[in-house]
Amino acid sequence: MPETYITRRKVVQFGLLAGLISTFISAIGMIALFHKREMISGALSMGQYFLFLPIAIMAYIAARQSKEKEAYLNGVLAGATAAIPILLLSLLGYYFDLRQFMPNVSDTLIHEILNFGQPFTVGAPLMLAASGLLGLIAAALSRMREDYRAAILQGLLWTSITATFSEIINDRIRAFFGRNVASLFFSSKALQPVTAVVLLIAISIYAYWNARNKEREEAILLEDVRAKKEPGKAQRYLKKGALFLLLLFLPLLLGTYLSEVSTNIGLYIIMGLGLNIVVGFAGLLDLGYVAFFAIGAYTVGILTSSTQGIASMTFWEALPIAVMASTTAGILLGTPVLRLRGDYLAIVTLGFGEIIRVLANSDLLKPYMGGAQGILNIARPSFFGVTLSKPEQIYYLVLAGIFIAWFISARLENSRLGRQWMAMREDEDVAEAMGINLINTKLLAFGIGAGLSGLAGAIFAAKLTSIFPHSFNLIISINILSLIIIGGMGSMPGVIVGAIALVGLPELLREFAEFRMLMYGALLIVMMLVKPEGLLPSTATLREFADEDEEEVPA
Amino acid sequence: MSLLTTTHVTKRFGGLVAVNDLSIEIPEKSIISIIGPNGAGKTTFFNCITGFYQVDEGDILFNGQSISGLPTNRIAELGISRTYQNIRLFSNMTAIENILVGQHPHLKTFWAEAIFRTPAFLREEREALQEAKRLLNYVGLSGLGDQVAKNLPYGAQRRLEIARALGNKPKLLLLDEPTAGMNPNETADMVRFIKGLRDDLGITVLMIEHDMRVVMSISEHIYVLDFGTLIAEGAPQEIQRNPRVIEAYLGRGAASGLEQSNDAVASTL
Repeated sequence: MPETYITRRKVVQFGLLAGLISTFISAIGMIALFHKREMISGALSMGQYFLFLPIAIMAYIAARQSKEKEAYLNGVLAGATAAIPILLLSLLGYYFDLRQFMPNVSDTLIHEILNFGQPFTVGAPLMLAASGLLGLIAAALSRMREDYRAAILQGLLWTSITATFSEIINDRIRAFFGRNVASLFFSSKALQPVTAVVLLIAISIYAYWNARNKEREEAILLEDVRAKKEPGKAQRYLKKGALFLLLLFLPLLLGTYLSEVSTNIGLYIIMGLGLNIVVGFAGLLDLGYVAFFAIGAYTVGILTSSTQGIASMTFWEALPIAVMASTTAGILLGTPVLRLRGDYLAIVTLGFGEIIRVLANSDLLKPYMGGAQGILNIARPSFFGVTLSKPEQIYYLVLAGIFIAWFISARLENSRLGRQWMAMREDEDVAEAMGINLINTKLLAFGIGAGLSGLAGAIFAAKLTSIFPHSFNLIISINILSLIIIGGMGSMPGVIVGAIALVGLPELLREFAEFRMLMYGALLIVMMLVKPEGLLPSTATLREFADEDEEEVPA
Repeated sequence: MSLLTTTHVTKRFGGLVAVNDLSIEIPEKSIISIIGPNGAGKTTFFNCITGFYQVDEGDILFNGQSISGLPTNRIAELGISRTYQNIRLFSNMTAIENILVGQHPHLKTFWAEAIFRTPAFLREEREALQEAKRLLNYVGLSGLGDQVAKNLPYGAQRRLEIARALGNKPKLLLLDEPTAGMNPNETADMVRFIKGLRDDLGITVLMIEHDMRVVMSISEHIYVLDFGTLIAEGAPQEIQRNPRVIEAYLGRGAASGLEQSNDAVASTL
């Protein structure tokens, strides 16, 4: 508990802030658009969810910082104050036509969402009561025992996720168990209310049970380490085997659309692992990383395209050349910037990324690279006579790429070179005084990172069979960097989590694409404030007390 | 035979002469101190030896070979290690990892061998880890090896920095204020430790130190710098009585006024 308690004034401020956020996202049309997706059928839409989410969070924070006795009161107060700006918008929207000034304040927003389909005289008190009640619930949650609270928060999180993506999940369940089973849990596009409640309870109980077990397991594990026993080796292999099988059969479970999404995530994972070597391990801020992705893709394009190509190779012949080409480009870029650090390096690499895109777009290279029309008819890879064309098949190509990228980064991380990179990241001058050759070390980071990006680019070209300069925008470099930051700098599992969060989610929420950048920005700011080290920060490797067994490569 | 010889070394920054015509000789297996007021150019001199700065004039010979102009990492490979005045560990790496980085010049495997885990790589890594644990134990940090360096207490960080420098199996160890910020007990420990480095491991130690009790008790020879110029050198007893040294530390007036009571001044030094 904090030493100083929150003042009443601050509680009102928190409430108003939450209310203003909700009012703002209502006024720009986000809430109305999100309202089109139902989460719990007949009870909750995604619009309502996001309208009330800031209120719940702020009330929770206010209650947590309150004195024991005042927590509930402050929760309700924060919730109720949050309703004030919303009610103001609702009032204005109800009696006047605001669309002249704010074109996004739609009738749906005012009548259906803010007034619950009631006239203002009924809707306004309802909104006030709902916010206040939400504040009370948030306060109750904040006062709970630590382990209960963690469990319920997990339950809420996963139920929210399930509800958000219920259309897709419904579709999958229907594909495997038939319409009847699916309709037990889902009404066409949303969760059944009963399912939602059951899910919340079930996940919370599971989370609670899991956390308790984990504590006990850790205690046992610690004893094992002390006794120099091999801790749960069989269990570890079993887990890895299960994960491997799951990854192997995943496309069957996912179906075409989700396989397509996962191949996209996968490509970003490969690139993320590559950039993680450059930025996370070696600490070289590279903003032009997309250039190597483009070089890999264009090399495969030029070498394999049946109409524009110069060599008509197969994909497998072109792949190593593509990787080599981008590795070479990485080293060539690295050479002139060896003396640059930090921001200066970022600017130069940013320029390099743009140069490659402009070159691809230029008339000068049009005979080879197709200019703005790009390269078409790129050969699809074939594997023992099977042409890989469907997303479910490309998936395996991407999976293999991830394995290679993971294997290389994991083994290098725990080697002399990995330590060289990290030492250089921590302090270049001292690293040099330890006998580390900075030139080689930097060039290896640039080269290997670029090579992995080239690998992703090659797969990308083969997946789409046509590539255009505009696919290699600066925004891709920014995306990859952001996913590394969100996942945790230098953390390889973090790359996977980051890629799912920053590539997978926007893909699944495609209909809201116009608010993508807003949410992206908000997410980054919140991350920097709440968890600057990332979702899955890299942890220190135990060496002094590590068990003798060599680490295997996890997937 | 002298391990390190500098002849007429001069280093200028614009108009400022940080090190001026400095010629010193460090015999093998000796403990030599460089003292002088703040800004005398002591650390700059260290930076010249390790190649972090290029000397403007003069030459530096290590084991009879000229090392001025060599890149920093080459000089480290020849067997010169150093620590820093304001501790500069790799703060987000563990203690063991810091020492492993220190061993860098002695590890030979190629990075591709790490990817394929060749037997040579595994053997080298195992030996390096053993050596790191041994050094950790040697500086008295056993059990703290998996701690991230920045979380270690101050004294442990100083020791770790020395362990990291020892990873290079140096012939010459440059210590930049090894007892700065330590209490008398820790300082006494450090003095014993530095003596041990020379007596047990045969390492030549060149150190910058402000604590005169430390300097006087373990140095065989002392060089005194002021404004980049060598103003005195000699055994500890000679330095204590040298009027120019006293003047550099306390000012001209104080020096002349106190000339009669040299011993009193010496004790404050």
